[in-house]
Amino acid sequence: MKQIKLILLLLLISLSPLQLLANINEAGGDEINIPEIVLEHLSDSYEWHIASYEGKHISIPLPIIVRSRVTGDWYVGTAHNLPKNFFFDETHHGKIYEKIMDGGTVRPLDLSITKTVAQIWIVVIMLIFIFLFCARWYKKRNEKSDAPRGFVGIMEMFVVTIHDELIRPSVGEKYYKQYAPYLLTVFFFIFTCNLIGLVPFFPGGANVTGNINVTLFLAVCTMIAINLFGNREYWKEIFWPEVPLFLKFPVPLMPVIELFGVFTKPFALMIRLFANMMAGHAVILSFTCVIFLGWSMGIGYGIGLNMFSALMLLFMNLLEVLVAFVQAYVFTMLSAVFIGLAHKEHHSTE
Amino acid sequence: MGNLPSILTPDIGLLFWMFLAFVVVFIVLARFGFPVIINMVEDRKRYIDESLRKAHEASERLENIRKEGETILQEAREKQSLIMKETAETRDAILEKAQEQAREESTRLLTDAKKQIEVEKQNAIRDIRIQVAELSVQIAEKVLREKLSSDEQQMRMINRLLDEVSEA
Repeated sequence: MKQIKLILLLLLISLSPLQLLANINEAGGDEINIPEIVLEHLSDSYEWHIASYEGKHISIPLPIIVRSRVTGDWYVGTAHNLPKNFFFDETHHGKIYEKIMDGGTVRPLDLSITKTVAQIWIVVIMLIFIFLFCARWYKKRNEKSDAPRGFVGIMEMFVVTIHDELIRPSVGEKYYKQYAPYLLTVFFFIFTCNLIGLVPFFPGGANVTGNINVTLFLAVCTMIAINLFGNREYWKEIFWPEVPLFLKFPVPLMPVIELFGVFTKPFALMIRLFANMMAGHAVILSFTCVIFLGWSMGIGYGIGLNMFSALMLLFMNLLEVLVAFVQAYVFTMLSAVFIGLAHKEHHSTE
Repeated sequence: MGNLPSILTPDIGLLFWMFLAFVVVFIVLARFGFPVIINMVEDRKRYIDESLRKAHEASERLENIRKEGETILQEAREKQSLIMKETAETRDAILEKAQEQAREESTRLLTDAKKQIEVEKQNAIRDIRIQVAELSVQIAEKVLREKLSSDEQQMRMINRLLDEVSEA
């Protein structure tokens, strides 16, 4: 109990300089616009913002790769020396747009390594490094040696748990082997993205799984896996389900519903992961903003709201660690279940 | 479209890079990452199961061997007691026989000795008799000589002898 009081006191002292910052903001005449700040932090950007100090932004510039619609030329560089015909369009989330002859604007082909892309590559490199490191450990040993300890042991336990407890029962004993690598990759990719998204400074912090493009891609992958390898029984269930005849002929009511289901399943996957991760980030960012808001309203509010939001932040961050795992787990499990459904055995007619 | 937040707007660049990154991580991990771990774990599981089975079999075999050994021991003990019994019987028989023989021998010896003694006795008696006869003759001679030293006595003797003869 004593220690908790001490921690709270330390928190109070360490947070009080923030008042200065809030005052600066106030002096600048800006109202703190929480939705804007939150959205800005959730969004993609062409640089990796690290900190602001006395009005100056410290950030890592990221490569911009655009192809002009007009000339077809490629441009590779940073935001500082962007050619004249390109500009950051504030009305379109600050994305790069191109001026064309008649004064209008057009979106060029933009393959820039944005913050999200950089984060994705960091995750990819981390995953490859981690699992190749583990695989190297196994290369030197055979099944007669001791089970691994330490980091490799934890990764082995993790992989085997997902493989044996999640993928195998969900997909089914017969087909799980061919889908296990994909589902494991999806799980570890989402899980690592979620976790690293919670780290508030450089190697992490980008909102990857809370971006609809990423979840869209993952959902499309799962959809392909479901439908490309679905067996005859699966397609029969869609186009000629075992329902009374008037439900499928002459008006194909059930087939239409079933066909609709083919698209709603991955759509649900996409929205679920996106919404959960986005909401988690948004809540954490909002509570962070509450600290500044409190100080800008006066010292009394500042201290009170500080306490409150610091505790809530701690709670939310812990919750988000859980959510990071749960959402990766749920995405993998639903993918596995849908894949399993696409390999259904012929069930008896009664 | 412009009113939607950027995280909700599709973006070709992001999709492209996501595709590339995911394909890279998928190919690398699906080839060199997960199968190595999963296969090793399954191999280890198989090895452990096998070892358990072997250990089980070995302990069963050991149990059998132990039982067999006990049976053999039991048999050996029985055989031992049988042999002991037989030995005792044989010993007793031999002893009995030896005693019998000894008894017979001793009886025979005794009989022989008795016969010898009898013979010796007879011989001795005979010798004694002869000696007694000789002695008595010599004594008789001496007595006679003594008694018949005078004529008168000789005459009386003759008379008496004659009387006896005539009486007979």
